[in-house]
Amino acid sequence: MARAVSPRRRMFTTIAAWSVALIIFFPVLWMILTSFKTEASAVASPPELFSADWTVENYVEVWSRSDYPRFFWNSVVISLGSTLLGLAIAIPAAWAMAFVPGRRTKDLLMWMLSTKMMPAVAVMIPLYLLFLRLGLIDTRIGLVLALMLMNLPIIVWMLYTYFKEIPGEILEAARMDGASLPKEILYVLTPIALPGIASTLLLNVILAWNEAFWTIVLTTTKAAPLSAFIASFSAPQGLFYAKLSAASTLAIAPILILGWFSQKQLVRGLTFGAVK
Amino acid sequence: MKISHRALLGATVSLTLAGAAMAETTITVATVNNGDMIRMQGLMDDFNAKHPDITVEWVTLEENVLRQNVTTDIATGGGQYDVLTIGTYEVPIWGKQGWLTSLNDLPAEYDVDDLLPAIRGGLTVDGNLYAAPFYGESSMVMYRTDLMEAAGLTMPEAPTWADIEKAAAAMTNKDAGIYGVCLRGKAGWGENMAFLTAMSNSFGARWFDENWNPQFDQPEWKATLDFYLNLMNNYGPPGASNNGFNENLTLFNQGKCGMWIDATVAASFVTGKDSTVADKVGFALAPDNGLGKRGNWLWAWSLAIPSSSDAPDAAKTFINWATSKGYLELVASKEGWANVPPGTRTSLYENPEYQKVPFAKMTLDSINAADPTNPTVKPVPYVGVQFVAIPEFQGLGTTVGEIFSAALAGQKTADEALAEAQTAVADEMKAAGYIQ
Repeated sequence: MARAVSPRRRMFTTIAAWSVALIIFFPVLWMILTSFKTEASAVASPPELFSADWTVENYVEVWSRSDYPRFFWNSVVISLGSTLLGLAIAIPAAWAMAFVPGRRTKDLLMWMLSTKMMPAVAVMIPLYLLFLRLGLIDTRIGLVLALMLMNLPIIVWMLYTYFKEIPGEILEAARMDGASLPKEILYVLTPIALPGIASTLLLNVILAWNEAFWTIVLTTTKAAPLSAFIASFSAPQGLFYAKLSAASTLAIAPILILGWFSQKQLVRGLTFGAVK
Repeated sequence: MKISHRALLGATVSLTLAGAAMAETTITVATVNNGDMIRMQGLMDDFNAKHPDITVEWVTLEENVLRQNVTTDIATGGGQYDVLTIGTYEVPIWGKQGWLTSLNDLPAEYDVDDLLPAIRGGLTVDGNLYAAPFYGESSMVMYRTDLMEAAGLTMPEAPTWADIEKAAAAMTNKDAGIYGVCLRGKAGWGENMAFLTAMSNSFGARWFDENWNPQFDQPEWKATLDFYLNLMNNYGPPGASNNGFNENLTLFNQGKCGMWIDATVAASFVTGKDSTVADKVGFALAPDNGLGKRGNWLWAWSLAIPSSSDAPDAAKTFINWATSKGYLELVASKEGWANVPPGTRTSLYENPEYQKVPFAKMTLDSINAADPTNPTVKPVPYVGVQFVAIPEFQGLGTTVGEIFSAALAGQKTADEALAEAQTAVADEMKAAGYIQ
């Protein structure tokens, strides 16, 4: 039976939740406001939250100085491509670990996760050389592969957690009815785990979209995504904050909108199995 | 009809061959995001009209990211870039390592002898020019003429550090939020250490003796750091240990600094539309201590060709265009003389039109006062005025910069900071094999 929450407690919780949300969102809000300021107002001391003279000049200049649609399209292809490829590999892997675990499954999972703890720069030269020899530098397929490999441990872990929650008897029943392994995964497991798969997909699209190390190291002109677009507006001496903010706002806007509309799905996926 | 068929066939073959001869070469130019580089990208129509067979693609990145990407690419022979924008710090190191293509064979009309000697010297290794300067800069004193006048003082054209201290004391009015002097305090090899290394030259200090022994335990460094800390503690703005170029620019433009000693390129900003004191700014050479060396640095963003480029000829054509006298005239005709990339060519400073730009003479004098091959009073084994052109310097400079920044923040004394710097640099130089 649910306990009644006192109005006072409800108000306190609401205020606390809004305060935390505001603290988290404040840097993004500051960036958006700065993107509409003049350069002088952007670096004013003491800082001004609201400028006296708002302008859209920064957006005009950022748009005219670079090929935004090309960067945007590269981001879409790379983030979606790496996530879908990752899912195609991770679903069978997570199925095996969840439903047919071996003696070393736990160790394997931990080992996979440990690769995420390694600093990216540690493998920069070997990976760069490998990509160079394979002709994958500055190609979208190269970045799809790189980001898929970077995010694969997270995808496998997330799916493994969801699959563990699904009773094995359901799959067993499908097998009894004569379903082959691919059919069992495709027609039985996938529909049941769809919310989990969807939140994994969303989270990994966001991770791939925001990735700003490999996407800058492994690209020059053709395959550069929005992270490289932002980097091109970063100045050596920290000048042009307003233009940098405009470029950043343009780069994160699509993923911010996607995140806003899919927040229910994301929260549901991320908290799945957290409370029993 | 047979003849006309043949003629048609011949014409087709000729056109195909001509097309092949005119085949486009694409070059990738890696550059940093600053006003002059962005302006160049806007003027590419001129290059495209003159060289329709060369397509230029741009990669613009933040300075440190660019350095990392370019280093990776050159070290692995990647060949992703055909033209690099690099500074005077990298050229001697990369040139020695054989990473750059020599530019000794630029055409006669390029007039390589017209390049400012100090800048050209910094880009030459063993007689080979490895980069062509796009713009050069030094550092100088920018001061408030109105505050100096109110204090009854006149800034000499070539002040001493004693003049600076006297002026700072006279202009400081902390109640009104005006501080006599704003200097870099933020830690970093390109931040406070660029300023302090250049300043130390005028006090006769050096990073290393002829045998690469660190010199922070010598009286010259003690004199430098003591003077800097006293000046900033007495007449500098609060929180100066967090101030770099950008923070000081903001303070100066808001009328909160009596003097600012920093890059000559800042002259156009403090006299520009974002400055509240634009019409009250004077310029003077960086200070000295009567030892024959001034406390100004020397830097040039230059264009170079990595040895891994597969289109060095097209790259050379581009560099020839971008750093030529003709390019300076092109910028002047489109954007005015004040916006021409400064500090590269003698002929620019002989141009009567350019001489009208208020900070032109001081920029030239400042650049000419720097000598990267003989930066301080005593002999040194390295090249560089505000840096030491060895690969280890970025790390060393940042470590020492953090120690000195902590001293400015009051976390340690000058003596403690110097002792710590001496130990840190000696350990690193031993590990790198320079000393036993």
